[in-house]
Amino acid sequence: MFLARRDMVFARGRFTLITAVVLLITLLIGLLSGLTGGLAQQNISAIQSLERDRIVLAAETYDESQLTQDQVDAWEDAEAVAAVREIGILRFQIDPADDAAAGSGATDGEADSGSAGLSAAIMGGTEDSPQRDGQVRLSASAAEDLGVTDGDTVTVLGMNLTVNVLDEDRWYAHTPVAYVTGSDWQEMETRLGRDDSVATALAIDLTDSADQAELDELATQTSTTVNGTVDSLMAISSFRSEIGSLLLMVGMLFGISALVVGAFFTVWTMQRTGDVAVLKALGASTRSLLTDALGQSLTVLAIGVGGGILLTTGLGLSIAGVLPFVVSWYTTALPAALLIILGLAGAAFALRSVTKADALTALGSAR
Amino acid sequence: MLSLTNITLTFPDGDSRITAVDDATLEVAGGSVAGLTGPSGSGKSSLLAVASTLVKPDSGTVSIAGVVATGLNQKESAQLRRETIGIIFQQSNLVPSLTAREQLLVMGEMDGKRSRRAARQREADELLDVVGLGSHRDARPAALSGGQRQRVNIARALMGSPSVLIVDEPTSALDRARSEEIIELIVDLTRDRGTATLLVTHDMELMPRFDTTHQMVDGRLSLMPATAAVGAGV
Repeated sequence: MFLARRDMVFARGRFTLITAVVLLITLLIGLLSGLTGGLAQQNISAIQSLERDRIVLAAETYDESQLTQDQVDAWEDAEAVAAVREIGILRFQIDPADDAAAGSGATDGEADSGSAGLSAAIMGGTEDSPQRDGQVRLSASAAEDLGVTDGDTVTVLGMNLTVNVLDEDRWYAHTPVAYVTGSDWQEMETRLGRDDSVATALAIDLTDSADQAELDELATQTSTTVNGTVDSLMAISSFRSEIGSLLLMVGMLFGISALVVGAFFTVWTMQRTGDVAVLKALGASTRSLLTDALGQSLTVLAIGVGGGILLTTGLGLSIAGVLPFVVSWYTTALPAALLIILGLAGAAFALRSVTKADALTALGSAR
Repeated sequence: MLSLTNITLTFPDGDSRITAVDDATLEVAGGSVAGLTGPSGSGKSSLLAVASTLVKPDSGTVSIAGVVATGLNQKESAQLRRETIGIIFQQSNLVPSLTAREQLLVMGEMDGKRSRRAARQREADELLDVVGLGSHRDARPAALSGGQRQRVNIARALMGSPSVLIVDEPTSALDRARSEEIIELIVDLTRDRGTATLLVTHDMELMPRFDTTHQMVDGRLSLMPATAAVGAGV
């Protein structure tokens, strides 16, 4: 990179501009990726934590799904199924025990603006549920919002529950999750007048010999749907409506960044075409010129993308407690790698002019 | 030695072809300067392009220091130019971001010969001293005068001690005094280093300084007698 390094020092204003643009694009993509990840986590983290082979629902969405006993029995009896866990999800308000006498009056996730309560997704029957009835395990942020800690009492639908705070946050459809036992969940459903509802979903483990066709047939017979845990995420209405738009934005930003970086490199390479022609006339191989130019592009991308990701990480960590934002390998290292690859692709396209530069133009008065 | 034998070069012109060089034969011995003149469009630049292996002729043979260049592919031609041919351009064509010394080193660095870096740096410094720019080693082209840039152009062409020197109107952008200095420098270096130099110029007053003089008219090359070189106008 003999020529490339000196060119960068000589035209530092130009390279600072290109690098700054790459950095800002990276920052934009990083922030959007982190926000997308955060919003996604606020939709799906509770379902993701189920970690089973398949999820069975009685409707297209979790919110609409109410499995009957017959449906549950059919899946429990299936040969392909090794184990079944009945999962219940309902959305209601949780109140600290002090506010219980004031009466919350909330139904199905609609919070009464006048109370100190919290709209929560109450999940029963999961592995994170408490061991005994009369207890509730709250997400860390839910406990903080309610102003309760371990041992305090909260009330849901007239039921007093003793609080145990989880170390981490769990979310379902932008609602913090509270875990209760399966039977406490059933009691809540009964109090809501839904006596026939046995579970919202089934989290099942399959036998080694399980056949997908067999599962699909059973689903058809029982009027249910069966999907992997990841595929079932699209049954969360808010996630399905958000993720497509967000990923489209991120994808378009990647495309735009490739075009912008490619345009910069194209203009910069065109300005060097005369010098390239001279060096070719003097005997420089096309390969050495391309290596030098590509090394320059890689340097700009490494500094710009690296700086952008560092900024993203710093900003992300500082706002993660306030906004839904995830700082993880898939919101930092992965976008960084993609940006560098796309940037190099744009640079490689621009470098066609290096291969096409005619050494003959170095002779004569016109350059 | 530079040897061009029966060189013919044509270029497409619509449906027909233009003959830029028509059966030209020319030999330049080591340590001598062959001058080449002719009106604009006579084919001088085309002949230079063939001699420097930038263009393959339609027919004929180019031999440089005993190597038949006309049979080489693009990669081999580039290597031959790097190792055996020095080109002094009409415009100095210096890379704006490189200092005078780096202009001389860039080809070796691009070639990846890092093992001989110290030797190349010494050679570069010596050449800059020879052309009178020892105190301007770290100056970039913008800080040099036209004559100084042309001297760097000359020093760059001489890096690696080429066998052949192709010189394309080196004084076209210089005044009379500097033109004389540059030509004298090229002639002296040719003699000292034993290169075979082919020099194109419009300036007839410079012709007596060369060992042989040639004229091109409409693609045809002819040897000019010494007296004719002095008296001829173009």
